[in-house]
Amino acid sequence: MEIGINHYLGLGAILFALGVFGVFLNRKNVIIILMSVELMLLAVNINFVAFSAALHDLMGQVFTMFVLTVAAAEAAIGLAILVVYFRNRGSIEVEDINQMRG
Amino acid sequence: MIWTAFAFYVFAFFTVFAAVMVIFARNPVHSVLYLILAFFNAAALFLLAGAEFLALLLLIVYVGAVMVLFLFVVMMLDIDFVALREGFARYLPIGLIIGLLLIAELMVVATSASVLPGAPLDVALPFAKFIGMDNTQALGTVLYTDFVYPFQIAGLILLVAMIGAIVLTLRHRPDARRQKIGEQVRRDPARAVRLVHLAPGEGLGQTESD
Repeated sequence: MEIGINHYLGLGAILFALGVFGVFLNRKNVIIILMSVELMLLAVNINFVAFSAALHDLMGQVFTMFVLTVAAAEAAIGLAILVVYFRNRGSIEVEDINQMRG
Repeated sequence: MIWTAFAFYVFAFFTVFAAVMVIFARNPVHSVLYLILAFFNAAALFLLAGAEFLALLLLIVYVGAVMVLFLFVVMMLDIDFVALREGFARYLPIGLIIGLLLIAELMVVATSASVLPGAPLDVALPFAKFIGMDNTQALGTVLYTDFVYPFQIAGLILLVAMIGAIVLTLRHRPDARRQKIGEQVRRDPARAVRLVHLAPGEGLGQTESD
């Protein structure tokens, strides 16, 4: 009963799929979508750390730090956009976000 | 060794449980709190895999700063969250199909023998270059030498994110009375005082126009 890299990869797969599932399920709520993206990034980080431990290579942990940095920046900018959007429109429904006709 | 396996399964179970509850919780505040639970358990898993510095980074920086930011935004916005859940049942089938497909594919990859056949996570063995160092010291050794430019760029990204968030959310309200130091200092009696000749019995009337 030894915990190998496959266990960690399986956990990462489940978390990533849950993140994608969350994005599909909460199509209207931008906040939940942002949290699902955070879940996906967490799954990626778990994979990086598992490979780092299995390969005895520190690069995986270094890269995890950079992923954390970018995730923090993304969360800050995303929430700022959300606040500005709510101030202008009074709602955060994704389907209302069509001002730019994209 | 059996305790390591037991701890892994406990933490992995709670991570997945919290992730499910993030998606399905009715109240977004509960979602954020479950996400914090997921991050705590993931930090414990990082510890099990030997990444001590990253585990504490995840707790202090991520849970302490980013998740609290989420919590503030969720609580500050006055949103009718019930209306936001309308399409829930409509998107359930397609989401379930894609989620299960993704999980099946990733599971095939993760459990296939071609991924490092039977490689155990041997935490006790030190990384080849860093014998005698602990995790934090080894990470710092690499980060400030081999990865110094990416490290600086990461700092720049954080700076840009900070400035961007401030610029986006800052607003000047025209009705707010602010101090204008320059004008206040420049004010002198010649401009501030005005003498008005009034006939007895009359008020200021329309003459006041400052």
